[in-house]
Amino acid sequence: MSKFKKKQGNAQPAISTASLPDIVFMLLFFFMVVTKMRDTELMVTTNTPQASELTKLEKKTLVNFVFIGRPTPKYKEKAGTKPRIQLGDKFANPDEIPLFLEKFKTTVPESQRQAIITSMKVDSEVTMGIVGDVKTSLRKAGQLKINYSAKSRERTK
Amino acid sequence: MAKKNRMVNEINAGSMADIAFLLLIFFLVTTTIAEDKGVLVKLPPWSDEPPPEMKLNTRNVYSVLVNASNQLLVRGEPMDIKTLKDNTKIFISNPQKLENMSEEPAKAIISIKNDRGTQYGTYLEVYNELKAAYNELWEEAAMVKFGKPLEELNKTQRSEITDAIPLVISEAEPTKFGEEK
Repeated sequence: MSKFKKKQGNAQPAISTASLPDIVFMLLFFFMVVTKMRDTELMVTTNTPQASELTKLEKKTLVNFVFIGRPTPKYKEKAGTKPRIQLGDKFANPDEIPLFLEKFKTTVPESQRQAIITSMKVDSEVTMGIVGDVKTSLRKAGQLKINYSAKSRERTK
Repeated sequence: MAKKNRMVNEINAGSMADIAFLLLIFFLVTTTIAEDKGVLVKLPPWSDEPPPEMKLNTRNVYSVLVNASNQLLVRGEPMDIKTLKDNTKIFISNPQKLENMSEEPAKAIISIKNDRGTQYGTYLEVYNELKAAYNELWEEAAMVKFGKPLEELNKTQRSEITDAIPLVISEAEPTKFGEEK
């Protein structure tokens, strides 16, 4: 009987897994570069309304954000239940808007300051009094390009 | 004695992948690709003096009033928001050349006035419908004039259309009848 030499078919092909983390690191670096850490925590609830005539905000670096809404449960004791304005990372009043805009302007090169857009994320149940005050404040400061943040929906037929 | 020189260092690289995955998931969770679409509006410049009393022919003015109960009053008549866009389009283009509607699209002015108690959601819906009316008129004009949809036009062609039908929406100071919530 011939010796059947069992071929060691299960040769341990040492698949080098050293490159696997490299691939994952590449993905990681991609995400680190492309996305932005949410630096401002939203202290007010902003349930934006729906609209059909939407334009995308092109350059994120030229956009500053104004949030208007009722404070989140976490901030209710500090700020109350009436709608508040949040500029950047703290609560503010309409008269603090020009300073906020100036501070933002310094982060933008001179040539692009004309293209600065202010994105207003306002809760749909907030009344127009406070929104109107913010708009007046923006107009007085010369910031005329506004974008009302909204969720997309189909145009009415 | 034959020493088996174990020079082969087998670093198990499998756990490196786990660490990398953890970091990746961390970044996916904490960063946001924020909501970045909205209705673009150009506010009128601020002037301390009241605006000059322009001799406006009332036939060219389309007034939209919104009260604190979020109801619309368009040119003196209550109106449902669903019909606002079509009504606005008819006003601006005035296909039947009615006496009480705009002389020509270039002279049409829309004025919005809301109350301090009007809800922002309603205000934006009104603004959206008015903008949609203009966008639809521009799209129709683009097809008629150039045979191409609005997005495919170049800058000069686009300005031709927007100059013929300029978007003029003026906002008045809000009234204070309603209660601000």
